[in-house]
Amino acid sequence: MSMHLEASAGTRRRPLGIASTLVRLAVIGGVLLVVAGGFAYLGGWLTPRNVTPGRFTDAFQQVNGVHPGFRRNHAKGIGVSGFFESNGNGLRVSKAVVFQPRRVPVLGRFSLSGGQPYAADVASDVRGLGLQFSLPDGELWRTAMINLPVFPFRTPEAFYEQLLASKPDPATGKPDPAVLKAFIDRHPETAQVLSFLKTQPISSGFDNTTFHGLNAFWFVDASGRATPVRWMLTPLQPFAPAQEGAEAQDKNYLFDGLIAQMRRQPLRWRLVLILGRPGDSTRDATVAWPADREQLDAGTVTLDGVAAEDVSPATDINFDPLVLPAGITPSDDPLLSARSAVYSRSFTRREGETKQPSALTSADVRKGQ
Amino acid sequence: MATPRAQFVFFSRLLHWVMAAMVLTMLGIGVTMVASLADYHRLVSIHRPLGIAILILVVVRFINRQLNPPPPFLDMMPPLERRIASRSELAMYGLMFVLPLVGWGMLSAAHYPIVLYGSLHLPFILPHSPMLYAVLRRTHTVLAYLFFFTFLAHFSAILFHTLILRDGILLRMVPWSVRRSSDPTAG
Repeated sequence: MSMHLEASAGTRRRPLGIASTLVRLAVIGGVLLVVAGGFAYLGGWLTPRNVTPGRFTDAFQQVNGVHPGFRRNHAKGIGVSGFFESNGNGLRVSKAVVFQPRRVPVLGRFSLSGGQPYAADVASDVRGLGLQFSLPDGELWRTAMINLPVFPFRTPEAFYEQLLASKPDPATGKPDPAVLKAFIDRHPETAQVLSFLKTQPISSGFDNTTFHGLNAFWFVDASGRATPVRWMLTPLQPFAPAQEGAEAQDKNYLFDGLIAQMRRQPLRWRLVLILGRPGDSTRDATVAWPADREQLDAGTVTLDGVAAEDVSPATDINFDPLVLPAGITPSDDPLLSARSAVYSRSFTRREGETKQPSALTSADVRKGQ
Repeated sequence: MATPRAQFVFFSRLLHWVMAAMVLTMLGIGVTMVASLADYHRLVSIHRPLGIAILILVVVRFINRQLNPPPPFLDMMPPLERRIASRSELAMYGLMFVLPLVGWGMLSAAHYPIVLYGSLHLPFILPHSPMLYAVLRRTHTVLAYLFFFTFLAHFSAILFHTLILRDGILLRMVPWSVRRSSDPTAG
């Protein structure tokens, strides 16, 4: 009985003719080609014009040069630490552990936009604050915020296009204005955001800057109800306008100012949740929600420690905006997945490189304190 | 004298096909997500739990292989080919075990949260080390390509046996039981 089985699996048939063999070999070759080609297509090798995380990261390097060990964007920065005291209000919209009324430790990093780690501070530079909340159940919440209430680019592709358009022309050392103008003409939403931003007052330092989460997220409460939410950190330090001439005196004046302020007192921000309503777009970071949307004060972030990048644990944190605790989920904003992908690529590259000293060193921090 | 089995036992065949689907999906997701802006997050959210599932199943499969050894090779298979076949099977077992482990290890070394679902996450299995992360991240990619080429070789061999040699080797692994009566050469 089992001999029959043996016969089915184990008997070589009459040899094929030459033509038949060639046809069958061609079929095998074709099948393999389809499998390998499909794999190559998925990996982006057959579509060299598509923007991938790798090509996006390359673009930052083309514009700024390669600075080993540094973030490809927001390269200049300093580490901070402190805590978040939740008042429990956030639980109304999210079951996330971070909103339970208690104190959780926070690590952060203040930064300026651009891929030049030693560039001089300019008041109008985009200011960044990355934060990581460490929750008692082992979860992490990371967010990378900037001081713009709306983002100039609706899609990652637009951001990429603008990045390449802003690449300095080797002849003049400056971006080609015609290329930049052509970009703006194609992107009216960018023109609108940029003219709005010109009307926004710039504050004197990091301490009195409002930071925005930019993208919308879904907050999910204990019953499973989802609310679209954007958040911001509003400073408890009073606003003062940026001072003329400060830039000329100290090329690190924003960071040195921050170090000096933190020596005097801890700096505090309120975490404000902006609750969207049905119909508010969750996928367009260039458009703010109507001003009458409810704002929920979820607690206070206190930053009381500052450390240069050579010692700060924040240096090796990728402030990936999609590291979220249960109770906060990504929206359909296309920028979110792209940010996660490109930050990750930048992180992978810099973690494998030998680190160079940052513009702000531990000696600068000690001097300031 | 008992004649040796011609097919893998049912559980072995089930594991083979389920894992084949998982591994191919995993290789496709892996190569797609690193090249995608729009789908990166969605894919990486599947990649992590699917990798852990493969890690668990390959352990089950390894134990099963000890309990239910494979049927003997076909009689006419030359010794060299047998050796290559055994080694490549071993390589695939090894890769199915090592790849998820390197992935878990690299995220551990970066102290990157290893979320499986909701608030369920894995502990770190390595100390925090940026350089170790970078090395393991590269290793993960290299091993994945190696796995893809090993799969291609395995697939080519099966196609060659099935279409050119027509020796019925695939019947050892087909999900259904090979019935004597359905075989025209039987008898």
